[in-house]
Amino acid sequence: MNKHTDIANLKPGESIPDLVHGPITRTELALFAGASGDHNPIHLDDAAAQAGGLPGVIVHGMLMMAILGRMLTEQVSQTQVRRFSNRFAAMAVPGDTITCRGVITEKRELDGETLVDLDINAANQDGAVLLKGSATLAVTGN
Amino acid sequence: MKTEFSDLIGKEYPPFKVDVEKGRVGFFAKAIGAKDPVHFDEKEAKANGYRGIIAPLTFGYTIAMDAGQSFNALDDMNVDKTRAVHGEQGFTYHDDICVGDTISGRQEITDIYDKKDGALIFVETAIKLRNQLGKDVVDLHSVIVIRNG
Repeated sequence: MNKHTDIANLKPGESIPDLVHGPITRTELALFAGASGDHNPIHLDDAAAQAGGLPGVIVHGMLMMAILGRMLTEQVSQTQVRRFSNRFAAMAVPGDTITCRGVITEKRELDGETLVDLDINAANQDGAVLLKGSATLAVTGN
Repeated sequence: MKTEFSDLIGKEYPPFKVDVEKGRVGFFAKAIGAKDPVHFDEKEAKANGYRGIIAPLTFGYTIAMDAGQSFNALDDMNVDKTRAVHGEQGFTYHDDICVGDTISGRQEITDIYDKKDGALIFVETAIKLRNQLGKDVVDLHSVIVIRNG
């Protein structure tokens, strides 16, 4: 069941709707640390981050990835997502606003299902790419 | 290029099990900004065709972290964790992870290689997660990058 966009009707080169999230706050980093189990102080404590050679706390890569994943599940139901991966290309810091984008690269049939491949990425407000990856969605069946 | 760590390729770590709790899934969903009731409300989840409340797409990584799987390879390689960064993460989905599930898995080191004349070491690991019904749910693929020297 498609939620909003009829992705089955999109052609290669066409985009799904962007997801914009932010500005990211330190409170979100604290909540994600607790919720995800990643208590690394480089996400919570400026002094610890600076001791590790960073300018200050940085956003969890897996928080950014979770936000990128939301771009997919805001368009299709979660069971339609077959594959989701990304490279962590750059760091984000509190105050950054993340824009997630997805472009259809291919539409193919496999075992009676229509699959759509997408190039996906997340960038900050200056256009720097933070995450770069791909996803595969099933657009028929459930 | 091969590294001094190539003996670790193919190493499997002991199996683990993690219970998927309702409060934790809701907390995780809230923390990532997910508002879909399928992550919070059993009736809504079932009305949408799920077995129960479903964990968000990347929750499998948290299951592995809760099971203490994050530093297996780094500990075996005896490298400074502050030199390691998460380079890539991938998920392949077979079935939903639902509240009330007991998820089991085990981690394997699938590759270790270097780039830039040994300045960067790449460690690739795989974890297959399976539920209490014996069904595969999610495969995780991780790449950790270590700055060497």
